[in-house]
Amino acid sequence: MCCCRAAPLPSRCSNRAMDHAPPVPDTPHVALFVTCLVDLMRPSTGFAAVKLLEDAGCRVSVPDQQTCCGQPAYNAGDRKDARKIARMTIGALEGFDYVVAPSGSCAGMIKVHYPALFADDPPMAKRAEAVASRTWELTAFLVDVMRYKPMGAQFDEQVTYHDSCSGLRELGVKQQPRALLSDVEGMALSEGDSAEICCGFGGLFCVKYPDISVAMVDKKIDDMVSTGATVVLGGDLGCLMNVAGRARRRGVHIDAWHVAEVLAGMANEVEPIGGDSDGNSGGGAD
Amino acid sequence: MSQIKTERFRENTRSALADRQLQAVLGKFADGFPVKRAQAIARLPEFDALRDAARDIKNHVLENLGPYLEQFEAQVIASGGQVHWCRDAEEARQTVLSICKNADARTVTKSKSMIGEEVDINDFLEDNGIEPVETDLGEYIIQLRREPPSHIIAPAIHLSKQQVAETFREKHADRAADRSLESPRVMLDEAREELREQFLGADVGLSGANMLVAETGSIATVSNEGNIELTCGLPRVHIAMASIEKIVPTLEDAATILRVLARSATGQDMSVYTSFITGPRRPDDLDGPEEFHVVLLDNGRTELLASEFRDILRCIRCGACINHCPVYEAIGGHAYGWIYPGPMGAVLTPGLLGMETTQHHPNASTLCGRCESVCPMRIPLPDLLRKWRTRQFGAEITPTASRYGLKVWAYFARHPHLYRLITKTGAIFLFAAGGRKRRFRHLPFAGGWTDARDLPAPQGRSFMAQWRQRPPRRSGGRL
Ligand code: SF4
Repeated sequence: MCCCRAAPLPSRCSNRAMDHAPPVPDTPHVALFVTCLVDLMRPSTGFAAVKLLEDAGCRVSVPDQQTCCGQPAYNAGDRKDARKIARMTIGALEGFDYVVAPSGSCAGMIKVHYPALFADDPPMAKRAEAVASRTWELTAFLVDVMRYKPMGAQFDEQVTYHDSCSGLRELGVKQQPRALLSDVEGMALSEGDSAEICCGFGGLFCVKYPDISVAMVDKKIDDMVSTGATVVLGGDLGCLMNVAGRARRRGVHIDAWHVAEVLAGMANEVEPIGGDSDGNSGGGAD
Repeated sequence: MSQIKTERFRENTRSALADRQLQAVLGKFADGFPVKRAQAIARLPEFDALRDAARDIKNHVLENLGPYLEQFEAQVIASGGQVHWCRDAEEARQTVLSICKNADARTVTKSKSMIGEEVDINDFLEDNGIEPVETDLGEYIIQLRREPPSHIIAPAIHLSKQQVAETFREKHADRAADRSLESPRVMLDEAREELREQFLGADVGLSGANMLVAETGSIATVSNEGNIELTCGLPRVHIAMASIEKIVPTLEDAATILRVLARSATGQDMSVYTSFITGPRRPDDLDGPEEFHVVLLDNGRTELLASEFRDILRCIRCGACINHCPVYEAIGGHAYGWIYPGPMGAVLTPGLLGMETTQHHPNASTLCGRCESVCPMRIPLPDLLRKWRTRQFGAEITPTASRYGLKVWAYFARHPHLYRLITKTGAIFLFAAGGRKRRFRHLPFAGGWTDARDLPAPQGRSFMAQWRQRPPRRSGGRL
């Protein structure tokens, strides 16, 4: 284990809590917050995250008392249920050196919104703050805390990246995934003008206002295509399912993987989100 | 004109998305203001510090609004003007009308005023036999077309050049029908000629105000066309309409806000014209109105001040949040059904019109946060939208099906063992149903997704189910 890891890099540090954070232990004990979408839809993203964390020198546990971070309730205005879910999740995530989620959105919920949810309940707010200060989005954690460099990953594709809104604007995740991807063999990254613009997923938004959501994702896809890329990577499964699902329906040749899968060298083994495009217009099971 | 159609948000959205002309105009929207704003900010390294200063000024004002408003009134009176306090739109309309009547006004020239739009002053004056003439080019165009504004700083942004040329040909009927109206410059000149006579003949000039300066009793205005100065300076009577939160304590505070305003709005360092207008003409002045009135509108703002939505009262109407909103870019301004569109509108409109008729506004957003990231006043717009959702949920305005759906889901989410049972079965079932293509084109109860998108199928057993059977390794394993 390299001792230089103990001092965080201020220039890359997106996490204000790091300024006063205790030194990184030799083998940090990390709780993986799997996220409900990864758990149900795409376990390979979770296993990729575990592999990366272990390769970076962490001991990974997956606390049993986790389901969803509660964001659907929170964003729908149902604070009561959001608080109940948050209380349970905080209980599950206490006692670790770090909490890591393969999602900017769920990490943002725990890090930014859990403390806000308990603003009127000081003892609970304190617990929420303690968990929040240790919580990281996966790529930010790998770069900013673990100074990790992926080794031996190969991905022979022309790739573009989609910054998920919460990761980017709530947590400042921007350079970290790109820094990690720069060590992947065979991959070329071309960035579009709209990398930072919302894809129109927005949790329940995409089913409540599908016509607006589809107009948004169509712009996004057009921009991705204009970069010449045939693969989109991102750190949030919700956005990627939205982009891939619409691309498949339109018959656009864009395949989507979670960035962790590429970094862990697993993208060549697992098929892209929603199956591969192989030039067809979808047409799977009805 | 500013008929309220907020309740028809879904229908409005549908027609906006199907309107090819509008979509073509909106398609170019992102290349305009956002790019210019980014360039302007890149030239000013202290921009973020100015944003903090601007926010602090307005927060201080909102803490002390009463005293500052009184100071402003005292200064207006000291400089020979009058202040009219109006609780709501109706009071504001009656006040303007009675000032116009006292001045025997037949024609009123108007510069752009969102408060004028908010109280729908044009229709009201017309109904009372007084002709309002918009002198801002964008407002002039939409007045000719009898349309509401679609953007708070660019009211005719929904129109193409060709549409404006057609409107001019139709409405300026005494001009040569075959004249060239190719360039915006030619159209601007034509509008100026049409307006010149109106400026000279108007009895009252009605303006808005970007700020009200408490220490001097001045109103501050910004524009790029010079029409405001003519509106305020030529007629015998000048009425400025402003809402109460437009106050700033000092001229220096006004200067701080001006430094973030134009950069955020149009990407200019400063607007072409910035005026501070104080009182009516003094005995030695060469020009200026004989009377100066400020119509101060509350219209629900004191309630907002006392609520969790106070932050929205810092808004300086720069439009940056609208210019960077992907939802606005998809549907344009008219879909919102009232005069304040985009993120600032989605927060303000329920506050001014009530939650019942505006239930879509806080919900039709992905909370992507781009608005907050550009707002010069650092207004936490996504947070305020979420707060409206919380109010809606509490007041049971949220549709019953959504509420119950959420409650049931939340119940399972709070009981991990039950939750796992469902996800385990669900994942396997959907995996099996996903077929060779690994995606669904249709799925019962998921039409919101599958009408226009394939739904990726789960990979197989859930992560948690697989993790339980993972052979022990270096890691900590299951807890
Ligand atoms: S909310 Fe902020 S960005 Fe939007 S108009 Fe107001 S000041 Fe400008």
